[in-house]
Amino acid sequence: MNQQLILDLEHLLTREHVLSRPEDLLLYEYDGSVEVARPNCIVFPRDAADVVRIVEIANRHDVPIVGRGAGTGLSGGALARHGGIIVSFARMNRILEIDIENQRAVVQPGVVNSDLSAAVAHAGLHFAPDPSSQKACTIGGNVSENAGGPHTLAYGVTTNHVLGMQLVLCDGQLIRIGGKSLDAPGYDLCGLFVGSEGTLALVTEITVRLTRLPETIKTLLAIYDRIDGATETVVEITARGITPAACEMLDGWTLRAVEAWVHAGFPLDSAAVLLIEVDGMREAAEEHAAQITEVCKLHGAREVRLARDAKERDLLWKGRKNAFGAVGRLSPTYYVQDGVIPRTKLPQTLREIDRIGKENGFEIGNIFHAGDGNLHPIILFDARDAQQFQRAVSTADAIIRFCIEMGGAITGEHGVGMEKDRLMPLLFTDADLALMRTVRDAFNPVGRFNPGKIFPTGKGCGEVRINPLPLSGSAGAPPSGPTPS
Amino acid sequence: MSAPATVHHPRIADIVGARNIITDPQGLAAYAVDAIEPQVAARPANAQEVAQLVAFAASENLAVIPTAARTQLSIGMPPARYDLAIDMTRLDRVISYDPGDLTLSVEPGIRLARLAETLAKHNQFLPLSVPFYERATVGGTLASGLDSPLRQAYGTARDFVLGMEFVSGDGALTKSGGRVVKNVSGYDLHKLFIGSIGSLGVITRINFKTFPLPSSERLFVASLPSSDGALALRQRIAASPISPSTLEILSPEIASLLFPSKAKFPSLDAARSSPSDWLLLAGISGSSAVLDHCSSDLSQLADQCDAKRSEMLSGSEREGVSSVVREAVPLIIQSSPSAIVLKITALPSDVHDVLQFVASESERYDVRPSALIRGVGVLYLFVLPDSPEAQKERAVVRQDILQAGERHNFRATVITCPSEWKRELGVWGPLHDDFLLMQRVKRAFDPRNIFAPGRFVGGL
Repeated sequence: MNQQLILDLEHLLTREHVLSRPEDLLLYEYDGSVEVARPNCIVFPRDAADVVRIVEIANRHDVPIVGRGAGTGLSGGALARHGGIIVSFARMNRILEIDIENQRAVVQPGVVNSDLSAAVAHAGLHFAPDPSSQKACTIGGNVSENAGGPHTLAYGVTTNHVLGMQLVLCDGQLIRIGGKSLDAPGYDLCGLFVGSEGTLALVTEITVRLTRLPETIKTLLAIYDRIDGATETVVEITARGITPAACEMLDGWTLRAVEAWVHAGFPLDSAAVLLIEVDGMREAAEEHAAQITEVCKLHGAREVRLARDAKERDLLWKGRKNAFGAVGRLSPTYYVQDGVIPRTKLPQTLREIDRIGKENGFEIGNIFHAGDGNLHPIILFDARDAQQFQRAVSTADAIIRFCIEMGGAITGEHGVGMEKDRLMPLLFTDADLALMRTVRDAFNPVGRFNPGKIFPTGKGCGEVRINPLPLSGSAGAPPSGPTPS
Repeated sequence: MSAPATVHHPRIADIVGARNIITDPQGLAAYAVDAIEPQVAARPANAQEVAQLVAFAASENLAVIPTAARTQLSIGMPPARYDLAIDMTRLDRVISYDPGDLTLSVEPGIRLARLAETLAKHNQFLPLSVPFYERATVGGTLASGLDSPLRQAYGTARDFVLGMEFVSGDGALTKSGGRVVKNVSGYDLHKLFIGSIGSLGVITRINFKTFPLPSSERLFVASLPSSDGALALRQRIAASPISPSTLEILSPEIASLLFPSKAKFPSLDAARSSPSDWLLLAGISGSSAVLDHCSSDLSQLADQCDAKRSEMLSGSEREGVSSVVREAVPLIIQSSPSAIVLKITALPSDVHDVLQFVASESERYDVRPSALIRGVGVLYLFVLPDSPEAQKERAVVRQDILQAGERHNFRATVITCPSEWKRELGVWGPLHDDFLLMQRVKRAFDPRNIFAPGRFVGGL
């Protein structure tokens, strides 16, 4: 069956655009998460018509389909958990239309996030969602995961910027939802499909809103000797009703790791820094910068630096956005968590994360979107040590449980994927999950699209209804991720 | 009232208490939707009672319409069936409010105006500046999908609702989203409820992100000789560093209808040079330095677009004019009860063509529609009949405006008109291929088709 599947796909796309050799499959069994799952093949469609035919072939062979952008996701969203076809959108990477006057763009899903912003910068516009991986990640992936980023504090996440989509449904139908203009009559289908993690449809075209670049940007670096001083600053900035464009925190451990690599100018002897950006009209940015500086000092910032020019600002952001890369130099593997809490609970949550880490024998770094209360604790571990790996996972789970106790959520921007499906019942009741499943089944009744994601498995709930194919060219089962059921 | 409604009362009374059911004709008349009255109305006290009512309705196959202030029940087609009104006004509590986190959780029956008072104590607000503001409830506003002038800066409810709890068609109390400002845990089912006019379930709790109240606000008003000038000014403002909180254009007829009397708003009068002027209104907010900067930029841009005059309104006059614009639809219907009001959405750059198209089509029928245009590309088109029968007005709406959207890059729906014309007009306009997906959504939430059957797009 597998061989026939590959032949059918090669017939459609030519051999060049179908990968199925074991060494190729290895490259696609990972994304940015700690999960691993091997597909049967990877295909590279050129347009929506190709995608339709791929779906038809998958239906004929009864195999799963998983969409994939750049594979930078952090929850296993783009992994073929139960094998099947990975549809890479790498070739569907054209910007189809830029409408400066109306501040819209129409793109194929494989367009790289920062490429779109670069393409419209000349007109003073940008695409606002800016995940740290924006130089690699694709807008299709952003849509699937409802990606965030540092500047979503003021500008909103992906769902706030998507106006329309072209979708391929699991029966191969091509359908448009939403559009360039606002408020299409009927249900907010874009609102449902953005962030549905590839479980409802494959996205083949996206219409997005473009946002005007601010007149003035001011970037501040506040330096603290106490972590509590930094977290208390965030609490007070929020409570005072100042909304910075971004408000990021790096603790001492993380900023030392970053500094050793990026040389962004982070002070090595500090306990934490806040990277805060304000923007807008010149007067507003200046006022907010002054107010924020005052709050920082009030909470014990030993110094508040203002980036003198764009070069200095870019360097600070380079430090922030390359932090995970820097951490990668310290440890063979690391686990980036993604929890959310109410902003008022930041100080005690950071203290609790530290306590949980010590209890489990891990030093946990923190680099996160403090202004949104969106935490990213980083746990370093050695994946070759199975026991340590399990301990890292249970440590991460303990942190997420605490976030939920604080009134938070299990993921702020990375998605549930196959990483947190088992945690969903911490947040949602059986009734909540049953309705979400009913909605999933309304669009994806046989589990064709991205099976094994979002919804908790186990309990014989019939989650997996497609039999995974035997793995081509692999001796045994793929290494299994942290998915105790 | 011919159906044997008495059969249902005892069980419903068991759920909500005998004092909280309405069965008398006079009482029920208040719950009429398009002149169709329910057999019974029930006033639940909490989400559990709502869930029990829905479960009962599902078991008895009763058609349910959730209501609250009943200010927007004219949206949609007449219901195909209507047995039970669930009056949500007793669910009117603030469940939790964390001003330090700028998050809020409320029951749907709370009035916007009352909630605003609570939030204002902490210098915060919700950007839902919708018609019938003093009476409208939070749940009704969301279910009706109302937009507001503040969408220019803050977006619509979908941009600041963080989560909801609701009762779906099998009577299960269900939720999606959460209470934190950033969250991608599970499907955003709550977004589907916004604008669904009660066709998917009954909202029992809504979680919001709140916003800091601006320190100070002004309203810039400019008069322009034509729609072209007004639209050109809109475009210049959109491309400038100014981020207005509201941006609206009033056609001369709407401006005259909304602001008929002289002297009530002296600065507004001063900004108008003649009754044939188009008016552009831009709300700005911030510190005095920001306001000064905006103010001088706006006057300059207005000059570049050949504005005849302009003024900056503040204080009670700004508030007065803003609230009249907010209440435009109810004010005009009050003075012209058989008005047909359409909501048309288009790209900002296409608004000019939409206005031209509507004007030329209407001219053939000797009809003169007028418009309130939001800067983001949403037009409210008012067709005010000459005669009670409104033959020609109905004809132009039915044959020309509603059907022409596809060809002319806009989408039109009738948001308000006399009930008896709805079937003839087809208020939602033509269906698009995404209707297939909407049917699936409806079936997933409401498999027995008990919620507001027939009222929503395509008879959902």
